[in-house]
Amino acid sequence: MTDTLAEHADPTLHAGEPLVEMENVGKSFGPIIALQGINLTVNAGEVACVLGDNGAGKSTLIKIISGLHPHTEGTLKVDGNPVTFGSPREALDHGIATVYQDLAVVSLMEVWRNFFLGSEIRKGNYPLAPLDIKAMREIANSELHKMGVVVKDINQPIGTLSGGQRQCVAIARAVYFGARVLILDEPTAALGVKQSGVVLKYTAAARDAGLGVVFITHNPHHAFLVGNHFIILKLGRRVLDKTRDEVTLEELTSEMAGGRELAELSHELKGR
Amino acid sequence: MSSPATTPATQPQKTSDAPAPVKKSLFARVLTRPEIGAVAAAIAIFIFFFAIAPAFRTLPSFATVLYASSTIGIVAVGVALLMIGGEFDLSSGVTVVTAALCAALVTFQLSLNMWVGVIVSLIVALGIGFINGYLVVKTKIPSFLITLSTFFMLRGINLGVTKAATGTVASDNVSGLDGFLAAKAVFASDIPLGFITVKITVLWWLLFVAIGTWILLRTKVGNWIFAAGGNADSARAVGVPVPKVKIGLFMGVAFLGWFYGMHLLFNFSSVQSGLGIGNEFIYIIAAVVGGCLLTGGYGSIVGAAVGAFIFGMTTQGIVFAGFDPNWFYTFLGAMLLLAVLVNLYIKNYAATRR
Repeated sequence: MTDTLAEHADPTLHAGEPLVEMENVGKSFGPIIALQGINLTVNAGEVACVLGDNGAGKSTLIKIISGLHPHTEGTLKVDGNPVTFGSPREALDHGIATVYQDLAVVSLMEVWRNFFLGSEIRKGNYPLAPLDIKAMREIANSELHKMGVVVKDINQPIGTLSGGQRQCVAIARAVYFGARVLILDEPTAALGVKQSGVVLKYTAAARDAGLGVVFITHNPHHAFLVGNHFIILKLGRRVLDKTRDEVTLEELTSEMAGGRELAELSHELKGR
Repeated sequence: MSSPATTPATQPQKTSDAPAPVKKSLFARVLTRPEIGAVAAAIAIFIFFFAIAPAFRTLPSFATVLYASSTIGIVAVGVALLMIGGEFDLSSGVTVVTAALCAALVTFQLSLNMWVGVIVSLIVALGIGFINGYLVVKTKIPSFLITLSTFFMLRGINLGVTKAATGTVASDNVSGLDGFLAAKAVFASDIPLGFITVKITVLWWLLFVAIGTWILLRTKVGNWIFAAGGNADSARAVGVPVPKVKIGLFMGVAFLGWFYGMHLLFNFSSVQSGLGIGNEFIYIIAAVVGGCLLTGGYGSIVGAAVGAFIFGMTTQGIVFAGFDPNWFYTFLGAMLLLAVLVNLYIKNYAATRR
């Protein structure tokens, strides 16, 4: 159903090519070090999963890539060129789009207005030029349909869609507007099993279309379903960095649950 | 090579492209409009006063109702846009008077042409709007508190500066100054429309409502206003310049406040420095009665105009009907409560899954 996503993705993408490279990237807020020594490569056609507990630095990491906070240490390269983003607009101009957990869409706005938000089609290039509403409705309707997101009425407020559908609209929008790197911030955290499945299928479709995906989650089961590469963060540092061949779901789960600390704790508790 | 003869092979997949747009019934579409509650209330109030107050039924008194509505409606356009953009302006009522006083004092005290004062006061008003907006987006302090501070500061400045310059609590009378008549023609003249003579503010009001509606529904900026109020973080994530939008909205309120301030000055030739206090709430009420959500992201300019019209009908209707005008605020409060309840229902209807 979602195989047509590939037709809309940037045709210059080649699987395996590095899109975003982080070398020794860190971020401190004054004396507080939020993130330190992060090496992460996002390749085209692959899903890089970033796992971690609350406060592990996952959000800081995405905020650096998506342009909300500039990094303070190391280098961030996009297509081989070092960059520091000052705003989300700059990141978008480099083809990096972020889909946030709860804030992916503006729920009281119509589906088509959400789809074109920030990239509206206008009937002219002067200030206050009218929007081409007819074109936007038609494009949003047919594109969503082609990319496998079924929306009953393009004019309904997007808040009337299910959580999974909202995430999919946000992803489809990013792909339509030429995203080459897709950052998904806990896309399944607020969803039930079935809705999570919808989003995971869609994530896999984006990957197969050649996009580089950064999948942020605290659910190793979801990560293992779609990921090619896994990084676990703890207190702002990387504690695991393995490819799919080198790791098992059990290892991810146990590392997420606390890993060696948990083993020590279990030993301690048994000793009593 | 794809010749036209071979392409039909791929066609079956394409035919199922876009689903036919769902046609909702007229009733369902009307029910989801933000201004529906206000329109229903306006009709009911009109019928009520039309039935009980014979004086209400004449054309001149309708012109008075329209005038009263326009004096609220002009600023309410800006206040409604700002509220849809997710912010408040409690200083809008006194900004009106600050602009009027500024124009009067600058022109009279320095013996200048009236239009110099008009321009200087425009710059001052836009400056107030900019400061309000800039402080709100930079400090992220709720606009309620920022504009409450500007409200008190301007209230003091209005009184203090006027007293210092003129020795009284009112501005000088500017009716004898150069350019006064031309400015009065623009801001405060009577326009005969054949069967009815209305104040020019009524026409300006309708123009501002049309422009506001155009901006909100038909331009990219309008889309950004909805998004800035509905979900500023996600708007920012897709590249909407939320701070600029909000600063612009505060400046829009200040511009319309300046416009109404000019009307006050050229209509009465002189301005009392204590005026305007409390009007900020009337503007907000007009916007809320018209369907704007206090939390932002939803509302309509036409609704705010209908809200202002309700206000105009009621202030005049109570007089025409011979009621004690002291009950006016009770009525206003009841209207607001009713509007908030209707809005809550509409929002829930619009935002639930179907």
